[in-house]
Amino acid sequence: MSDHYTPSSKFGKWFNDRLPLLSLSAHLREYPTPRNLNYWWTFGGILTFCLMSQIITGVVLGMHYVAHADMAFNSIEHIMRDVNYGWLIRYIHSNGASMFFLAVYIHIFRSLFYGSYKSPREIIWILGMLIYLLMMATAFMGYVLPWGQMSFWGATVITNLFSAVPLVGESITEWLWGGYAVDNPTLTRFFSLHYLLPFLILGLVVLHIWALHVPGNNNPVGIDIKKPSSDTVPFHPYITIKDLFALLVFLIIFSGFVFFAPNILGHSDNYIQANPLVTPKHIVPEWYLLPFYAILRSVPDKLGGVILLFASIFILMALPWLDSSKVRSAIFRPIYKQFFWLLMVDVLVLGYMGAMPAEGTYLLIARVATAYYFIHFIVILPILSKFEKTESLPLSISDPVLTGRTDRSDV
Amino acid sequence: MDKPDKKKNRRDFIFTASYTIGAVGLGATIWPLIDQMNPDSSVKALSTTEVDISQIQPGKSITVLWRGKPVFIKRRTQSEISEAQSVKLEELKHPEKDQDRVKKPEWLVMLGICTHLGCVPLSDKGEYQGWFCPCHGSHYDTSGRIRKGPAPVNMEIPKYTFIDDNTIKIG
Repeated sequence: MSDHYTPSSKFGKWFNDRLPLLSLSAHLREYPTPRNLNYWWTFGGILTFCLMSQIITGVVLGMHYVAHADMAFNSIEHIMRDVNYGWLIRYIHSNGASMFFLAVYIHIFRSLFYGSYKSPREIIWILGMLIYLLMMATAFMGYVLPWGQMSFWGATVITNLFSAVPLVGESITEWLWGGYAVDNPTLTRFFSLHYLLPFLILGLVVLHIWALHVPGNNNPVGIDIKKPSSDTVPFHPYITIKDLFALLVFLIIFSGFVFFAPNILGHSDNYIQANPLVTPKHIVPEWYLLPFYAILRSVPDKLGGVILLFASIFILMALPWLDSSKVRSAIFRPIYKQFFWLLMVDVLVLGYMGAMPAEGTYLLIARVATAYYFIHFIVILPILSKFEKTESLPLSISDPVLTGRTDRSDV
Repeated sequence: MDKPDKKKNRRDFIFTASYTIGAVGLGATIWPLIDQMNPDSSVKALSTTEVDISQIQPGKSITVLWRGKPVFIKRRTQSEISEAQSVKLEELKHPEKDQDRVKKPEWLVMLGICTHLGCVPLSDKGEYQGWFCPCHGSHYDTSGRIRKGPAPVNMEIPKYTFIDDNTIKIG
């Protein structure tokens, strides 16, 4: 292992004794990885790419953007029309946010299916949820910066959530705004924070990967493996090349959006400059926030809606303790597997309802779906982990391959 | 017998081809990130400036902004013109005839930027009655040529044309 790594050159040894970068790089190359990782495991690398891409394009946009209520909207048009390749860089950044969330949702649902959040990986999971939370905050503030109608009214609605807090609610929202409504002070602080948060995310990503490298990757079979052994392969070149291939496929889809449908995920109202006197007919958040928006709107009480909205995210952090089943992978949990897919459908339904007007049947369905979301975590998972009869686990990763078992067919 | 060789050659070809395509793709990705810092269309659109010179009295000069830089437009007096024309080229650090620096002898149009380190020289100052740069003491004559001090060359003449007797288009 890399702990015993000695550089071959004299200078390398001198340097490594003082700053063990070469040991780190050797560790990353040799890092023993389960040999049965499937393509759902490539999204960690894809997400790292997304974060870097967002930071680089974001820094570039920051060179041309003006964070002022009177000039922000025009500076975006300036980027789109005047700046060399400004249209490309902005479309990569705005669609990049969507691709980032697409990848993170796949990453999270992969964890849910294969039980990657369970012991000994609880900290990795919690760090991941914190990253997800920061991502939502960053994306929301980034969406405000173009100072279009959706930016302005999205900011108004979301900051007004905090006015639901009893007693101090109004003071909190005025503090957030820096005034009595969303205005220039709000815009400048959102710009400052939108620039800061990605670097906090980057720091958390380093911790996330560090925490991952302590127990090592979970795997589709979900059993503990000996490392290194015949069950593992070195990260380089086996996983690097696989991650790279997956990234290329991902980039094809990404480029499809950037070059052929750059505005399909956005809202046309955001090409109208912010007007504090006129609210657009439909206020809709970006697609990746829709499920939470549906939860918020399904509660007829202001404070209740806000509490449920935050609860729906924080409940995920308690997941490792809500699901106490010792078996990780859903492959060996026949009933959990059904509920996993049901939860996925439920979240998709919530997302769809979030995009629809909050009335009539839509509202009813949203309420049922919201209730089910919480029932899944609070009722079904704890009961299931006690009473579910799981299938027998293989002794090693090579075992099901060598004995020709077929219960991995649905991987 | 030559089979492993052939296989190796094919593998080499795939490697070289992949790296080449990868390098081209990487370059094509990086270029927009570099080019975005070059002057943009809105800056390039400001590349010409038209100036009305009918109000300038002999011996006076005005300073106008062109591409964010100061341009001196000086209406020279007869004595200033003859002084500029009478200087021997051998005396100059950067030999240039006054005739080559003007379109009409009466009008001197030049970038008001000291060629040393970019400060704006003061007019009607210095030992040669032309311009004097306060930053590091460069003296220019009535033709804007460097005569004394650290500046290496004469002040630059921008591209300009007389649209009519009263209007100059710079750029």
